[in-house]
Amino acid sequence: MGRGENIAHLVQPGRRQKTQQEPLDVDPLIIRFLRTFREILKFVLFSYTVLFGALLLARTTQQTRVSSSKSRARDRYPLSEPLIMAGAGGGNSDVQWCFSQVKGAIDDDVAEADIISTVEFNHSGELLATGDKGGRVVIFQQEPETKNQPQCRGEYNVYSTFQSHEPEFDYLKSLEIEEKINKIRWLPQKNAAQFLLSTNDKTIKLWKISERDKRPEGYNLKEEDGRYRDLNTVTTLRVPVFRPMDLMVEASPRRVFANAHTYHINSISVNSDCETYLSADDLRINLWNLEINDRSFNIVDIKPANMEELTEVITAAEFHPNQCNTFVYSSSKGTIRLCDMRASALCDKHTKQFEEPEDPNNRSFFSEIISSISDVKFSHSGRYMMTRDYLSVKIWDLNMESRPVETYQVHEYLRSKLCSLYENDCIFDKFECCWNGNDSVVMTGSYNNFFRMFDRGYRQDVTLEASRENSKPRSVLKPRKVSTGGKRKKDEISVDSLDFNKKILHTAWHPLDNIIAVATTNNLYIFQEKLN
Amino acid sequence: MSATTAMEVNAEARRILAVSISKLYASRTQRGGLRLHRSLLLSMVMRSARDIYHSSRESEELWGAQPTSEEPMETGSCSGEQTVLPEPQPEPQPAMISAEPPSDEPDSEDEGCDGETAEDKENMSPTKQSRKRRGKAAAAPDFLPSKRARLEPGEERHAAPPGSCRAGAGESLIALSLNRVIPAF
Repeated sequence: MGRGENIAHLVQPGRRQKTQQEPLDVDPLIIRFLRTFREILKFVLFSYTVLFGALLLARTTQQTRVSSSKSRARDRYPLSEPLIMAGAGGGNSDVQWCFSQVKGAIDDDVAEADIISTVEFNHSGELLATGDKGGRVVIFQQEPETKNQPQCRGEYNVYSTFQSHEPEFDYLKSLEIEEKINKIRWLPQKNAAQFLLSTNDKTIKLWKISERDKRPEGYNLKEEDGRYRDLNTVTTLRVPVFRPMDLMVEASPRRVFANAHTYHINSISVNSDCETYLSADDLRINLWNLEINDRSFNIVDIKPANMEELTEVITAAEFHPNQCNTFVYSSSKGTIRLCDMRASALCDKHTKQFEEPEDPNNRSFFSEIISSISDVKFSHSGRYMMTRDYLSVKIWDLNMESRPVETYQVHEYLRSKLCSLYENDCIFDKFECCWNGNDSVVMTGSYNNFFRMFDRGYRQDVTLEASRENSKPRSVLKPRKVSTGGKRKKDEISVDSLDFNKKILHTAWHPLDNIIAVATTNNLYIFQEKLN
Repeated sequence: MSATTAMEVNAEARRILAVSISKLYASRTQRGGLRLHRSLLLSMVMRSARDIYHSSRESEELWGAQPTSEEPMETGSCSGEQTVLPEPQPEPQPAMISAEPPSDEPDSEDEGCDGETAEDKENMSPTKQSRKRRGKAAAAPDFLPSKRARLEPGEERHAAPPGSCRAGAGESLIALSLNRVIPAF
C-alpha cells in the first residue's frame, strides 16, 4: 500500500473501497449460479445430441464405404467385411493373367550383378522397386491410364536408377560385405517425395526420391551456367523465376543406419506409426527411429550364451500392419513368435508362439531344412499371416497358435528329391510369398520359372510360367502342370526335366489391382489381369 | 532290418556327410562371409548323418557278429550313442574349423564324424596325440573325399549323378528313422 493508492482513493471518491466492503449477498449469487448451471446443462445436452448424431451418421456411412474402394489408398476394414474390388481373386478360373512387360537383359548369360534380389510395390502401387545383387535399385513408375486404351492398365517404365550400396570390407573380421540388396521397403507417402528403405547385409539406408521439373532462371548475379557475372556489368535488378524443365528424378540418401548388426540382416519392416522400423538379423532384432541413425534399440536377442548351443536363428520379421506394438518373427525351426513391445523392453519372451507339430510320417533326413521358414507376411487386414517354408505355404490365424488354418503344397513332388536338391544347394533357396490386395489370393514362386497362386476362397490353385516364349503382348498365360505320376500327359512337364537354375524367389502383388511383378533370375515380368 | 539295407544307409550317410563337409568348406571362401543360418542347417544335417552312420555301423557289426541276438545289442548301442550325443557340440562349426590352421585340414577331415569332440580337443591342445585315442567309430574316415578313402579296399564310392534321386536309399533312411536322431537334439 503506497502513497499512490491513498491518493487514488481520494481522487475517485465514487469507487467502493476495499476496506469497506458490503457483506456477501448470498441470494443473488445462488441465483446467478443456477442460471449459469442451466446454461451449462443446455450446452451439455446440445453437444451430446450432436455427438450422438455424428456417431449414427458414421455408422451408416461405414457400411456403404466399402463400395468405393479404388479412391482410397489404405482402407482399414472391419474383420468380417472383405473389400470388394474389381476383379477380386487371381487363382480362380474366372481370372486370366496375361503378359504385360518384361524388364532386363535378354541374353542367357546372366551377369552376377544383375540378379534381382528383391521386388516391392509402394503403397499406392504406382511405383515398383527392384534391388539386385550389384547393389542397385531400379524404380519403375506406372504410366497413367490413357483414354484410348482403357482396357490396359498403365505400363511400368523406368523412373529412377541409383546405386544404393557399395561393397565394403570389414577389416576387423577380414570379411567382404556384399552389396546385394536384401530388402526394400517403401514408406507411406507423406509429401511430394517418396521414401524407401533399402538394406544389404549390414547397413540400412533411407532414400528420398524426389522430382524436379522446374528450375530457377534469371539470376541477378550469376550467368545461366553458374559463373558469377562481373559486377560492373550488373546494372539492373531482377528476381529469378521458376521455369519448367525436363523432369529429373533425384535419389539422395537421407539417413544411413550402420553398425548395428553383427550377423546378416534378413528383414526390415516399417511400423504402422510411420516413425519406427525394425531390422532383423540372424540372432537379433533392432528397433530404429527413422529420424535417428546413431541409436537403435535391441528388442529381440536369441543369441545363446554359449554359441555351441545354438539351435535356431531368426529368418524373417515383420510389424503388424495396424497395431504398432506387435511384430512377429519366424525361425529356422518352423516356429513363429508374436511379440508385444508393450510387455517389456526386451521381447525375448514371446506373447504367442505359432507352431505346427511335425507329421511323423514325413520325417526325413532333411526335415529341419525344409521346415525352416523363409518368409512371413501379414495379411492386409492384420488378422492372418502367411509363412513359406521349402515345400508349402501356411496361413495362420493370429488367434490360433496350435496349427495353421490353411496349408498349400507348392511343389510336393520335390519331397522325394530332397537329397539331390541338397547336393545342388537348391534346398537352401529362400522363397518369398505375397498376398493380393484383398487377402483372397496368395502367390509364391517355384522352379523352372513357375509361380503358383492359391485362391483361398475358391480353393483353387494355378501354376503359371514366366518365360520369354509367352511374352507376346497381352497373350494369356496358360496354366502349367507338373506330372507327378508315372504317366505324363501332354503339355505336362516331368519332375526330372525341371530346370532348377530357373527359380522364382521374389514376387509382388499390386496393393489395389490385379497386377503382379515376378522376378526370374535377372528379368522382371509384369503380368496383368485380362480385362475385356 | 537287413544287413544290405544297413549297408545302403551307411553309404548314404557317408555320402551326405561328405557333401556337407565340402559345402561347409566352400562357404568359408564365399563372398560375404559365413552365413550363420546355412552353417547351422549344414551342421544339423551332418549331425543326423553322423548319427545314422554310427547306428548303421553298429548294426552292421552286429549283423556280422551275432545275427540272432541283435536286439538287446542294438538297444545297448542305442543308449551308447545317446551318451555320446549330449556332449557339447560346437554348433557353428565354421568358427571352429576356420580357427584350425590349414595344415590340419586333411587330419580334421578324418574326424569329421566323431568329428566335433575330437576337433574340440584339436583346438585346445596343439599336440596331435589325443587323436590317436579316439573311439573305433572314428577310425574309419571312409566317407570323406580325401586320399585315404581310396586306399581302403572296397570303400571307393562314386558320387551319384545329381539328377537321379535315391528314393530307395532315402526311404531306407526314413525307415531307420530319426527316432534316434531326435533325442540327439
